[in-house]
Amino acid sequence: MPSEQWTHPEPGDGPAAVAAQPSPEQVIAGLRATSEGGAELTQLLTPEGERVPSPQFDKYVDDIDAEALRGLYRDMVLVRRADREANAMQRQGQLGIWVPLLGQEAAQIGSGRALRANDMAFPSYREHGVAFARGVDMKDLLGIFRCTDHSGWDYQRHGFHPYTIVIGNQVLNAAGYAMGQKFEGKVGDDDGEATICYFGDGATSQGDVHEGFVWAAVYDAPLVFFCQNNQWAISEPTERQSRLPLYQRARGYGFPGIRVDGNDVLACLAVSRWALDECRHGNGPVLIEAFTYRMDAHTTTDDPTRYRLSDELEEWKLKDPIERVRAFLARGGGADQAFFDSVQEEADAFAADLREYTFNMPEPPPDRIFSNVYAEGNPVLESQREEFLSYLDGFASAGEH
Amino acid sequence: MTDLQKLTIGKALNLGLRRAMEEDPKVLIMGEDVGKLGGVFRITDGLQKDFGEQRVLDTPLAESGIIGTAVGLAVRGFRPVCEIQFEGFIFPGFDQISSQLAKLHYRTQGKIKMPVVIRVPFGGGIGAVEHHSESPESLFAHIPGLKVVSISNAVDAYWGIQEAIKSDDPILFFEPKRLYHSGALRAEIDVAGTPQRMFSSQVVREGTTATVVAYGPSVKVALDAAAAAEDEGKSLEVIDLRTLSPLDLGPVFESVRKTGRLIALSEAPSESSLTSEIAARVQQECFYSLEAPVLRVTGFDTPYPPAKLEEHYLPDLDRVLHAIDRSLAW
Repeated sequence: MPSEQWTHPEPGDGPAAVAAQPSPEQVIAGLRATSEGGAELTQLLTPEGERVPSPQFDKYVDDIDAEALRGLYRDMVLVRRADREANAMQRQGQLGIWVPLLGQEAAQIGSGRALRANDMAFPSYREHGVAFARGVDMKDLLGIFRCTDHSGWDYQRHGFHPYTIVIGNQVLNAAGYAMGQKFEGKVGDDDGEATICYFGDGATSQGDVHEGFVWAAVYDAPLVFFCQNNQWAISEPTERQSRLPLYQRARGYGFPGIRVDGNDVLACLAVSRWALDECRHGNGPVLIEAFTYRMDAHTTTDDPTRYRLSDELEEWKLKDPIERVRAFLARGGGADQAFFDSVQEEADAFAADLREYTFNMPEPPPDRIFSNVYAEGNPVLESQREEFLSYLDGFASAGEH
Repeated sequence: MTDLQKLTIGKALNLGLRRAMEEDPKVLIMGEDVGKLGGVFRITDGLQKDFGEQRVLDTPLAESGIIGTAVGLAVRGFRPVCEIQFEGFIFPGFDQISSQLAKLHYRTQGKIKMPVVIRVPFGGGIGAVEHHSESPESLFAHIPGLKVVSISNAVDAYWGIQEAIKSDDPILFFEPKRLYHSGALRAEIDVAGTPQRMFSSQVVREGTTATVVAYGPSVKVALDAAAAAEDEGKSLEVIDLRTLSPLDLGPVFESVRKTGRLIALSEAPSESSLTSEIAARVQQECFYSLEAPVLRVTGFDTPYPPAKLEEHYLPDLDRVLHAIDRSLAW
């Protein structure tokens, strides 16, 4: 019964706690909106691990044999394990904040593995799985969350732009980059380049995302908009962002939009390959809405129990992106227990390595504050730097006497 | 080889942009109406005809989009020059300017360069409606990672725009719109000459009684005031700041040590502005040379008024002379 699906406030919780409880109608509407992707959801692997044929998309994953699928499984397990380790490290005070990706592994690994070396990805701030797929060392990424750095990888070498924290800004930056690919003539055949841009359902309410859609459309930019609709923008549900399914918005801008099961790594890979292929050949842009679920908090500062129901989470757990691949592999003989055990061992070692690195992460020297503000010299800044260093030196010499 | 031409500020900017585009195929011009129309002030006149629609982009109408895509193009290796039609319309782009354009170099410890120029026609005196006459330059000077410059004459327009485009840093380039087509400010420029550096402040008139520091459209006001003061037997030194961030105050300090008096002149509201910064720094560096407090002649701390009142709002030569008298009376 719906009336049993939420907990009543405990005495002493106060008015705020009462206000946080949704009405029965909201609960029903919320569950309906968040648990079903609708008839147009592209899916190749069901939550039970059954392969569903797709006349349109099967050809994009023809090469994914058991070995390749084991690779995707491994990617997702490692990324999830790193995510859980980072989450735990934040709870232990070793990271300033963490942005969990739990539940979004398939969307990120599927799309990330669809990219080629020359492609460029513009992430938001939850794209740890895409970073992993682009070969970014997770240790470099953790500097952001331990607050020793703003971005620790070579964006050009990895084809992975710095994280962007202001919601939606990166969509315009990606549109500009993709326009550049077009202007340089790197579009038009199988060897064409493409750009992919990640953002969430909440970002679709931002003006920059709208403008990004307009720019990419009018300049025919080779840009795949990859919206991970994880149902919640902190505490605001998708219904607070849109009156129609997000993928349908693409039509208003004059390019294709598609909704894919974001918890199905095979479908995410296939649909991303298709969309990137469209872009490489000059038929972009394309909007992909990966219909998924953020199984943990927005960030470690958040408390999802205040705004959503445990039933919702339980329902989405049944759609877990890793478990369905595991079931498919096990049932079809694509992997045995020894394989699953070895991946788990590798993941544990991966996490332990991250932990050790994080605990010993060097802190930048104080004058790093002043470094690289400008490409060219700035005398005002230089004099501030000198004054500050000499101030610090004063303490050092005082200590010596 | 020399090619002497007598140019207004507007024409000098046009030729400067043209030369930058000829020299570097990565230079792009982008903005609303910059192509076929040549911009609302015609500064980009004829460029799209000669360089094509892929180098001179008539963009959709959205400032965040213009600047946000310029950021992405710069990541790709282009050198975009964005035109904002009027300074009052820059604010939809403020987020991209402050959050991305100004910070990507720092955030990546130099791995990403942001060679983007944003041209901003600014200031009043053209009898326009709301949002077309403001002076928001202090807001940008306050953002670390940006360089902010302003021009006051055709020579600096021609060389300054080229230097800004060559810079690997993001530059807000403020242009005094009411002087674009002023025949009186025509200057003879050797457009085939060797590039000149301009991002430093410059003494544009020497004097001994007091110093007036100004930038952009106010430099002309300062020079007019200096000419009028001469009739009263006062000798004003006038300094054109040219660079608003970082401020090049060396010549100002030197001048104040000589004259003992400083008037900081600007059309912008005074509170928390560039003139505030100048006053603070001058008292810090020149305390024992000052014969009077640093005085400021500025717009008022109000929104820009309806244009029928702008003659009262905008600092004119009389307000500068009045400030000189107050300084001398100290």
